[in-house]
Amino acid sequence: MRLDLGVIADMVPAGSRVLDLGCGDGALLEELIRRRGCQGQGVEVSSEAFHACVARGIPVVAADIDEGLPDFTDGSFDVVVLSHTLQATRRPALVLREMMRVADTGIVSFVNYGHIGLRLRLLTRGRMPVPRLASKRWFETANIHPCSILDFESLVRGQGLVTDQPVILAADGGPAGGLAARRPNAFALAAAYVVRRDPGPGVR
Amino acid sequence: MPDALHTDVGGSVGPVTTQHVTLFDDVHPLELESGHRLAPVEVAYETYGELDANGSNAVIICHALTGDAHAAGYHGDPLRAGWWDNFIGPGKPVDTRRLFVVCANLLGGCMGTTGPSSINPETGEPYGLRFPLFTVGDLVEVHRALMRHLGVTRLRAAIGGSLGGMQVLHWAMEFPDELGAAVLVCATSRLSAQNIAFSAVAREAIMRDPNFHGGDYQRIGVRPDAGLGVARMMAHITYLSEEGMREKFGRRLQNGTTPRFGFDVDFQVESYLHHQGEVFLRRFDANSYLYLTRAMDYFDPFGDMVAAGPKLEALRTPFLVVSFDSDWRFDTAHSREIVQVLAAHRVPVTFREITSPHGHDSFLLVIPEYHRTVANFLRRAGAEPGFTDAAGI
Repeated sequence: MRLDLGVIADMVPAGSRVLDLGCGDGALLEELIRRRGCQGQGVEVSSEAFHACVARGIPVVAADIDEGLPDFTDGSFDVVVLSHTLQATRRPALVLREMMRVADTGIVSFVNYGHIGLRLRLLTRGRMPVPRLASKRWFETANIHPCSILDFESLVRGQGLVTDQPVILAADGGPAGGLAARRPNAFALAAAYVVRRDPGPGVR
Repeated sequence: MPDALHTDVGGSVGPVTTQHVTLFDDVHPLELESGHRLAPVEVAYETYGELDANGSNAVIICHALTGDAHAAGYHGDPLRAGWWDNFIGPGKPVDTRRLFVVCANLLGGCMGTTGPSSINPETGEPYGLRFPLFTVGDLVEVHRALMRHLGVTRLRAAIGGSLGGMQVLHWAMEFPDELGAAVLVCATSRLSAQNIAFSAVAREAIMRDPNFHGGDYQRIGVRPDAGLGVARMMAHITYLSEEGMREKFGRRLQNGTTPRFGFDVDFQVESYLHHQGEVFLRRFDANSYLYLTRAMDYFDPFGDMVAAGPKLEALRTPFLVVSFDSDWRFDTAHSREIVQVLAAHRVPVTFREITSPHGHDSFLLVIPEYHRTVANFLRRAGAEPGFTDAAGI
């Protein structure tokens, strides 16, 4: 399994009921279901990825998450995962709201477009940055809404949500330390956040 | 892979014969949901493939309103294959190289299984409308008895389109331990008002036929052909789509290009519907049509969620739900409602709306994305002990 999926899997409590949005070929769900005692359900818009899930026995609903999650009722999951998918949605705020409607906990990972290398590339060469973890050219990628770590945190706050400390991801997809952990917006290649509803001032 | 299934890849199960068995008798009658008892119940069925030593590779095909036991292979003429022959056979989505496939004519049908046209042992005459009303659940009870007779304790999967899918849904909810997987194609958990309205008009056409005689037409030696033909013609419209009909017929005339300006059949679509009605009369019984459509009308397993909730909580059978975008008989909203209820109760569910211009009838056609989905799903269904584990149970 890809290292970054292992990091996400580690963030999901064992035995929980997980909805994976943009679940791809179902690798993360297979790990969660077969080895971590979770109940898993995927949502995937790509036909080939859908077939891959079915072929490995992973339950998957073919749907476009930009249309919301009408197939899933409020609070019907413990955790909703959105792994390297947010930037490809047309309506990231809607997707985030829908996630937090069907579960109390969201896990969101994304490539950090605030990374210093990407900034320098745009500054010095005047070319759109191509992140190492999403190495497609600007016209080939499905990423229509790339964001930096600060952008993401501001989106989350704007939706009345809070996050735990993020897991900062290194080039190999595993956890990163050092500078990337201390100054993530400039030095992290990617990050994974646990998102929760804001319990309100009185509770915190 | 998608195109590999396009046409006639995979072979035929070859020559087959319909078999008959009497499953219920006076000592052990069929107890209907209505409280009525029915005996004997003869069942016509066919099987394809071999049952393995521990009886664990069986799947059942639940047929739709007017289907029969002859789903695959052929009886005499190899060119006249069973109604789901493109779906069942060696190398086909329901692969008879590894699965033992059973298809039985429904209770209340007229293709060899006891129904209103059968002889009532108490009177020595056809039942007619004295046949007791039955439910989708009763259809399933007869299937279950057949499975016991065949030595099948647990089905790897139950598969059905339309009314067939309704039987599968009932089976899974009532007896979840008996199904390794459930496949519902263009099915519904409840008919809409529009669906019931169409059924009601079809029944009216039959019952208002002067030859109907309160359902006793057999005894009198006539048939309500006009009514049954109209019922079939109208139903057939609901099985196609606007787009499909436009493509197939448009406004083309049956003979030449000049309209004849009369009330005889002039447009091609009229001729087609007449033909469908005619063919249907030769093989279907009007009373069976009444009973089976009525069983569909009353089906509503999610109607009382107080009763359904605990059943759904106990249900861990993986489901495959498939709909077709041009189906307006049971459109995608019907399938989506099933998906919503299942997902809300933590039932592992795979769902896909398939693009097809052929309306409700799509489930009987070779549509590569559809066949590929079912084939992949069934390859996992109960094929390994981990399958139910895959859903996290």
